[in-house]
Amino acid sequence: RKMAATTATDGYYQFNGPPFSIIDPRINGQISTSPLTHTLRPMVTGSSVLGLTFEGGVILAADTLGSYGSLARFRSISRLYKINDSTVAAGSGDYADFQYIEKLFEYMNIESDCLCDGHVYTPQSMHSWLTRVMYNRRTKINPLWNTVIIGGYHEEKPFLGSVNSLGVAFQAPTLATGFGSYIAQPLLRDAYEKNQNMNEAEGKELLEKCLRILYYRDGRSWNKYELAVITGSGIEITGPHKLEGNWEVASYVSGYD
Amino acid sequence: MESVIETPRGGFSFELCKRNEALRHAGIKFPNPVKTGTTIAGIVFKDGVILGADTRATEGTVVADKNCAKIHYIAKNIYCCGAGTAADTEYTTEIISSDLELHRLSTGRKPRIATACRLLKQYLYRYQGEIGAYLVLGGVDSTGPHLFTIHAHGSTDKLPYVSMGSGSLAAMAVFEDGFRPNMELEDAKKLVRNAVAGGIFNDLGSGSNIDICVITTEGVDYIRPYDEANIKGVRVGDYTYPRGATAVLETTVRKFEVTSETVKTVESMES
Repeated sequence: RKMAATTATDGYYQFNGPPFSIIDPRINGQISTSPLTHTLRPMVTGSSVLGLTFEGGVILAADTLGSYGSLARFRSISRLYKINDSTVAAGSGDYADFQYIEKLFEYMNIESDCLCDGHVYTPQSMHSWLTRVMYNRRTKINPLWNTVIIGGYHEEKPFLGSVNSLGVAFQAPTLATGFGSYIAQPLLRDAYEKNQNMNEAEGKELLEKCLRILYYRDGRSWNKYELAVITGSGIEITGPHKLEGNWEVASYVSGYD
Repeated sequence: MESVIETPRGGFSFELCKRNEALRHAGIKFPNPVKTGTTIAGIVFKDGVILGADTRATEGTVVADKNCAKIHYIAKNIYCCGAGTAADTEYTTEIISSDLELHRLSTGRKPRIATACRLLKQYLYRYQGEIGAYLVLGGVDSTGPHLFTIHAHGSTDKLPYVSMGSGSLAAMAVFEDGFRPNMELEDAKKLVRNAVAGGIFNDLGSGSNIDICVITTEGVDYIRPYDEANIKGVRVGDYTYPRGATAVLETTVRKFEVTSETVKTVESMES
């Protein structure tokens, strides 16, 4: 019996452009006006996503804002997605594309459940699979406008990897996307260098500190955020938590010369 | 009698910009200006201000100077860190330092940081941002410690802690985490060191060592380097071969006797 050709790949939504005849000058007799274009620019976007490896697991953090350009349009969205009991994906960039990626993971899980053979996807395999999807889309000049961080814990080893719209994928003990790469990553790296084996509380405190500084300095960030803690005991997505700012220095600022 | 005298017009002459555009169009390769890449930072602490800077100067992707000095002298009690185009920061600070010294002789008073700030911003505004100087100006005068940032287009900010340059976000992250008003000297020095280090290790435009300059009512402590964060590795391998490493199988000595010496001039092949 042949299985239906609905494998959990990017083939779910076929982006068929106009028929080739429109742009083929030999058929039409004249050169077309402009080449085929796909993704132009992101619409609703999520800012930074942070990831940190600690003793016994991984923590991912992301604020709950979906920006519409400079408008803080959707102030309570979740940018963290639980793939399975050992893996979480967090997305920055275009939110519609991230929702599509969530759907892909969902269909992949359904398909896997249907096979009913006890096989579980590992965080590494999820990261690798997503890399293939993102790279293939970029090769078709129709990228998924995201940088996704995948965090997981499998066979007592933590996993933290990143993939972006160019298909660039890598793993590191600390990760940050977007503005976070400039502001949070230096802080995460420094703290990780000082203490490779942080405990969960220290890890959460570090991420909260980074998110607060991002709220001060990133013009597209928000002070409500979610955390995903992935350990051997499973996944715990908590939130939304609120950040309070410290404006003590405001009294020291007066005038500009 | 009317004579048409062309009074010199102040400001930047943009005539050569057209020529440069034409050259660019013709495909002429322009030399890359030496930029300072840079992480510069400053804070106000209990006794005064501390300025900090890295020491890397870049020419495109090449490091032109591994140990340049980015903290410039303006007056005995005023120093200025510079990011952006290296020549612009160097000459701008020198010009204003000279102007400020003349002003000091005229007033007979210790120069004020606000004066240096005005001179710098009015100078840079006149050139509409074409002089690529991004400065962190700090010092202590009769009115207290002051810290300013000045952008190439002429805008200024007066703040308790500042950072500029390509590594400014990394440095600012450290400041936002660790700054408190009225810090003690040693804590303040460490904070500035950590801020500049954040830039050095996370920004490719910044690197090498950390210089700092502590300015208080007592005086100036210009510490260069404060932290040699990137010392070049000592070469470990010794490639000189000891005598006998290659076995000597046979030794033959032939003496050559000089019988005669002549000098002859030779014509070059080209006519």
